Amino acid sequence: MILWDWIPRNLGTIGQQLLQHLQLSLIPVVVALVVSVPLGWLANRSPALRAVLVPAAGLLYTIPSIVLFVMLPGVLGTRIDSPLNIQIALTVYTVALLVRSVADALAAVPSMVVAAATAMGFRPGRRFVSVELPLAVPVLIAGLRVATVSNISLVSVGALIGVGGLGALLTQGFQEFFPTKIIIGVVLIVVLALLADALLLLLGRYITPWVRAGAGARSKA
Amino acid sequence: MNILNQLVSWFADPAHWSGSGGVPIRLLEHLYYSGLALLIGLVVALPIGLAVGHTGKGSFLIVGLANGLRALPELGVLILLVLFMGIGLIPVVIALSILAIPPLLAGAYAGIRNVDPAVVDAARGVGMREQQVLFKVELPNALPLILGGLRSAALQVIATAAVASFVSFGGFGRYIFDGLRIRDYPQMAAGALLVAALALAVEGVLALVQRSVVSPGLRASGGARRSPTADVASTPEPAQPDDPSPAPELAGVKR
Amino acid sequence: MIEFRGVTKRFPDGTVAVDNLDLKVDAGKITVFVGPSGCGKTTSLRMINRMIEPSDGQILVNGNDIMQSDAADLRRGIGYVIQHAGLFPHRTIVDNIATVPLLLGWNKIKARKRATELMEIVGLAPEMAQRYPSQLSGGQQQRVGVARALAADPPVLLMDEPFSAVDPVVRESLQDELLRLQSELGKTIVFVTHDIDEAVKLGDKVAVLRVGGKLAQYDEPGVLLARPVDDFVDNFVGRDRGYRGLGFLSSDEIPLGELKTVTIGEAAPAGEEWVLVVDGERRPQGWLGAEQREGLETVSADRLVPGGSLYEIGSGSLRSALDAALSSPSGQGVAVDAQGAVAGAISADDVLRALDATRRDEQPS
Repeated sequence: MILWDWIPRNLGTIGQQLLQHLQLSLIPVVVALVVSVPLGWLANRSPALRAVLVPAAGLLYTIPSIVLFVMLPGVLGTRIDSPLNIQIALTVYTVALLVRSVADALAAVPSMVVAAATAMGFRPGRRFVSVELPLAVPVLIAGLRVATVSNISLVSVGALIGVGGLGALLTQGFQEFFPTKIIIGVVLIVVLALLADALLLLLGRYITPWVRAGAGARSKA
Repeated sequence: MNILNQLVSWFADPAHWSGSGGVPIRLLEHLYYSGLALLIGLVVALPIGLAVGHTGKGSFLIVGLANGLRALPELGVLILLVLFMGIGLIPVVIALSILAIPPLLAGAYAGIRNVDPAVVDAARGVGMREQQVLFKVELPNALPLILGGLRSAALQVIATAAVASFVSFGGFGRYIFDGLRIRDYPQMAAGALLVAALALAVEGVLALVQRSVVSPGLRASGGARRSPTADVASTPEPAQPDDPSPAPELAGVKR
Repeated sequence: MIEFRGVTKRFPDGTVAVDNLDLKVDAGKITVFVGPSGCGKTTSLRMINRMIEPSDGQILVNGNDIMQSDAADLRRGIGYVIQHAGLFPHRTIVDNIATVPLLLGWNKIKARKRATELMEIVGLAPEMAQRYPSQLSGGQQQRVGVARALAADPPVLLMDEPFSAVDPVVRESLQDELLRLQSELGKTIVFVTHDIDEAVKLGDKVAVLRVGGKLAQYDEPGVLLARPVDDFVDNFVGRDRGYRGLGFLSSDEIPLGELKTVTIGEAAPAGEEWVLVVDGERRPQGWLGAEQREGLETVSADRLVPGGSLYEIGSGSLRSALDAALSSPSGQGVAVDAQGAVAGAISADDVLRALDATRRDEQPS
């Protein structure tokens, strides 16, 4: 079913597609993170804003990716096969997911901790950076993991309109009736997604040592 | 604004509303594939999710499955199945069902797992049998998350059914891929809009269903209907299953 | 009524939660299991309705081995109240209470009618019937929990730390309410708590368990306070046990002394000693000392020193008698009758003499 010798002959192409796949899926994660932290902070500070932002995020999330991939060129004036369409669409999804995560995570920071920090003389900005944000990290990482894995898988849909990194292997494989391409494509996408997931998990553990310490103490009690 | 005019004239063209390629037929096709796949998904996932949630046995399987399947590209699943089974309704519906299962499974599992253990303990303690505990107490309390899973699954299936048109199949996706082939962007955009409208409509209907079948008692704690006396240490700690990730993150939702 | 015969519970991980427990729970009484965490008190309770099954030994309810009956049927005949009430969030209050009757196959109308009756019995306003648990306070939820347990009128009630999650004021009123209910219903109640004060207040008998699931002492609360069997029980019973133990000794023996009184509106009495001021119905109002009497012609309510606690003859304990004497500014405790009128004076010496007499009577020969 798989023509193994096809792989070494096409390593260069596969490498390029892999690289494009990473660019298409990960740049949106970074951009979305930068956008959603302040948005989530605003949503947590103002109930009125939250009442707008959270449902709006939910609404955006109900729109299928193929829809955004197709509509964005009409809205932005980009070419239909421009990578920007994919990146902007995935950024929108990631923001939609993370805003909610950040707002919930900030809301879950114990009010006593915030009050204690205020009482010790933290100003709001400093308090956010050094107290609230770190405590929100575990939820943020969970959101990032979901978004990253989803993005890596979703990029392949972009192949349907001409930009999809490894997704091109899927569509070409179908058109050429060549299962090797499809299987290689699927496997690489899954491996990439799981790898990214594992890296984020490790990153989260590394930057929040207190979470596991606490869990250990609890399970002993 | 050019594209807007083109869209309006596309939708205004009566030719697009009749015949086998018209919007009503495409809508029925889209609903048919999605509904069938969702039904199969429910039949498979709901019993397993409820059983695993109730007994707690096999939890790792659900979490692993939900996470693993989220990484699986839906286009790949679809193409592989069609490639090996031939173009037809069955491979497409199977592919869609496979995508519907993780959110349904995770919703049912997390829904049952998240029921306050004290409530389940009380149900047994007053003399309910295991079936009664599951169907009279756990299931009604799990409904919000189960229906959440259903909503995610429905959206996932509707989105992927649009993609399924790539392998020469009906539904609204047909407009997107036909338009792409003949460089007819307005047709593509119209198809995309129809898919979005369908997704939003289904989401709205399911939200209404959720409102009508979930006990008001599970909504009352939301705040608005809470009585002023209820704030004295009344709510027990929310039940935490071993796996802390909330349902949507478990559910393998992606668009 | 309920009998533990050599009951042991070993969990799969090897820990022994209950170790060879022999104990008889009296019918129609409140029996409290108390002890530090890890002493197996909750496990013991939960074995009675088979929420946990014993590894060894036998438990009899009304002479029947619980393992012989179907677990669900057994539980329907035993009321069960737990810490956070465990109310069903998706059901209204009235339907929560009607749970067991409905399980037993009563028709809906009869079950709801019974539930409404019970709401009144446990002191819940009828307009709460259609509310949901999340709309109630913790104390109200716990009342619903008690009502749900009582709904099918089971002879036995198991209560697992039912009041530990509510604040102290509400807890005390729930305790009083339980005692009032019990005086009317006469159920066989097994009550688990980690709070020795709650145990002593509620229990007709108290079983103190030690870590590892061994029964340390099983006695009436007065005996527990007066004669703990070992250091563990002594420690667990805690500070002031001598003083608290007075609460379980009858004060009928105490002789009442003379008490000098004056009624409001009368001429201020001469002399130096303390005088109790009473109203027209001889109810105590406060005290007049030498200082207050200086330049005073008629006794009025505004120059009085507030009195201490009152001791009601007939229903008071040695504890309330001693407290009356200790808290009075004059050192003379005020004894009143059931109508609240002054009956006489009590001194701390009298109380101690009465205590001495009780001890001599109870001395094992």
